[in-house]
Amino acid sequence: MITRRFFANGADRRIFITIGLLLGVAVLVPILNIALPPDSAFHVPSYMVALVGKYLCFALLALALDLVWGYCGILSLGHGAFFALGGYAMGMYLMRQIGDRGVYGNPILPDFMVFLNWKELPWFWYGFDQFWFAVIMVMLVPGLLAFIFGWFAFRSRVTGVYLSIITQAMTYALLLAFFRNDMGFGGNNGLTDFKDILGFNVQANTTRSAIFAASAVALALGVFITWAIINSKYGKLLIAVRDAESRTRFIGWRPENVKLFAFTVSAVMAGIAGALYVPQVGIINPGEFAPANSIEVVIWTAVGGRGTIVGPIVGALLVNAGKSWFTGVLPEYWLFALGGLFIATTLFLPRGVIGMWDHWMATYRERKAAALPPSAGTPAATTPQQREWQASATGGAPEPQPAE
Amino acid sequence: MSKSGTILYLDGVSVSFDGFRAINNLSLVLDRGEMRAIIGPNGAGKTTMMDIVTGKTKPDSGEVYFNGEIDLTRHDEADIAMMGIGRKFQKPTVFESHTVEDNLMLSLKGPRSIFPALFHRKTADEVRRIDDILGIIRLGDKRHMLGANLSHGQKQWLEIGMLLAQDPKLLLVDEPVAGMTDAETEETARLLKDIAKTHSVIVVEHDMHFVRELGVKVTCLHEGSVLSEGTLDFVSADDRVVEVYLGR
Repeated sequence: MITRRFFANGADRRIFITIGLLLGVAVLVPILNIALPPDSAFHVPSYMVALVGKYLCFALLALALDLVWGYCGILSLGHGAFFALGGYAMGMYLMRQIGDRGVYGNPILPDFMVFLNWKELPWFWYGFDQFWFAVIMVMLVPGLLAFIFGWFAFRSRVTGVYLSIITQAMTYALLLAFFRNDMGFGGNNGLTDFKDILGFNVQANTTRSAIFAASAVALALGVFITWAIINSKYGKLLIAVRDAESRTRFIGWRPENVKLFAFTVSAVMAGIAGALYVPQVGIINPGEFAPANSIEVVIWTAVGGRGTIVGPIVGALLVNAGKSWFTGVLPEYWLFALGGLFIATTLFLPRGVIGMWDHWMATYRERKAAALPPSAGTPAATTPQQREWQASATGGAPEPQPAE
Repeated sequence: MSKSGTILYLDGVSVSFDGFRAINNLSLVLDRGEMRAIIGPNGAGKTTMMDIVTGKTKPDSGEVYFNGEIDLTRHDEADIAMMGIGRKFQKPTVFESHTVEDNLMLSLKGPRSIFPALFHRKTADEVRRIDDILGIIRLGDKRHMLGANLSHGQKQWLEIGMLLAQDPKLLLVDEPVAGMTDAETEETARLLKDIAKTHSVIVVEHDMHFVRELGVKVTCLHEGSVLSEGTLDFVSADDRVVEVYLGR
């Protein structure tokens, strides 16, 4: 059943190709990095592995945002918070792995706690010496926060810009909280100086390659899960809530529950992205909660094309590659470029790169079909009009609309 | 007045918004299986009355009972929809990014929680129900068309079809023929009369020609209460109704 659906139409084939590509990259890049000598033309340098690995985490974050924004019309300006919480959970595990190799040599307490003259481990650091516990927390903490936040917000029927503003406030509040030293998360320095993950050196090429592969696989899994959700009856409901929330209410559904589920799943995905990001960059600090970070995620998604599954991934990779290049050449102007990009996308590419591509292809095919004499055309099932409906159906169009 | 045998029972209902009395001591009773047309000038409280019945607005005072036993003021929109009251909005509202078929599929009677929807597989029975409804609303050949690409009249029918899919006991239909051509209007009257054979229906409409075609009891609302009630001929002969419609 699932495989049959997998090959059903163009959009699904695209998902299949994306998953295949990601899994291919997960295998190939580590091999090219480790097995080939550095002077080989096909050698992938280690900095590249770390950089692209980071982008893949961003892509997963953008995909998570797209699930709620593109498909359900919830514009979250606080998704960075879930990403950072997942990152902190992983960071806490990595901190506990340092053991007595820290500057102060305390086998239990991380350095910053010794520095603050704390005598024992706070209760919320218990368990983080176990990897399985950290993995559960990576998903549970962002998921729980999203559930509680969404429970109140959606039940009170907070929608549109008001919801966006309170998500922004949420991430800002967490930013301020995590800046405080007595919160117990390392204050403004955050968590860093990681040594081992699962007994392997975090800095080693092989470990980095393994985390890269894990990120690619996680993204592939994220694509599959999002695809499965969107294609279920629930996914149709999600789009229905986006387009006409009150209609769904008056046919007996509870839009607040529909939104809550998507929001929670999305937060868990963002948390996993954060957890994979931290060991690759070697640090997590409260800066990750900055509202600007969350807004950047919105830009990636918009550039790639919200309401499509591949769009946010393409957007995250494109914008971040652009950022890496741009900050190398003209570092002072990056923020202006980013702002300009967002304005340009809104004005000229409202459907994003992928959405626009689909639109062009549909128009092109339609023209080609119209140019042919009707008798030469294929059977009635593919009239130009129907092509357009099908194309717009797969492209997630008509225009994704904001929730009222 | 007794509630038993009624599908909808409103007694002494009032509601005000910022001091404006949208509904003023309104009493209205609909018998089981009855179709009723509600007319009245703009601002007479027709839509507000529907808001109260469907749980969108809570009345300040008065009784609202469904099926003679359920106090509707204690329930919210989704609950009320599940009990069997379907509502068509004034502005046709369908899911524009979905096909006609999916619009109906989402409306079909069934569990309304998240996890069953996540693992839902279409059953033969559901396919049959959808086929039936497509036949009733005359959109059989448009089943794979997106809601957005339907004409205005077709959207109205699809929305009525979505109500039918819920298998409601009572349908509230707000201005079903607004913006329709004459032919579509006639078709809609036939459709509603068909539906009224097996359901209780309230139709709010401005179009007198359409109301005449329905040939049912008419209630005229004015300033939030009932001005006149009876056959269309009786109501339109009422001096007060004439006065309200033509202005003083």
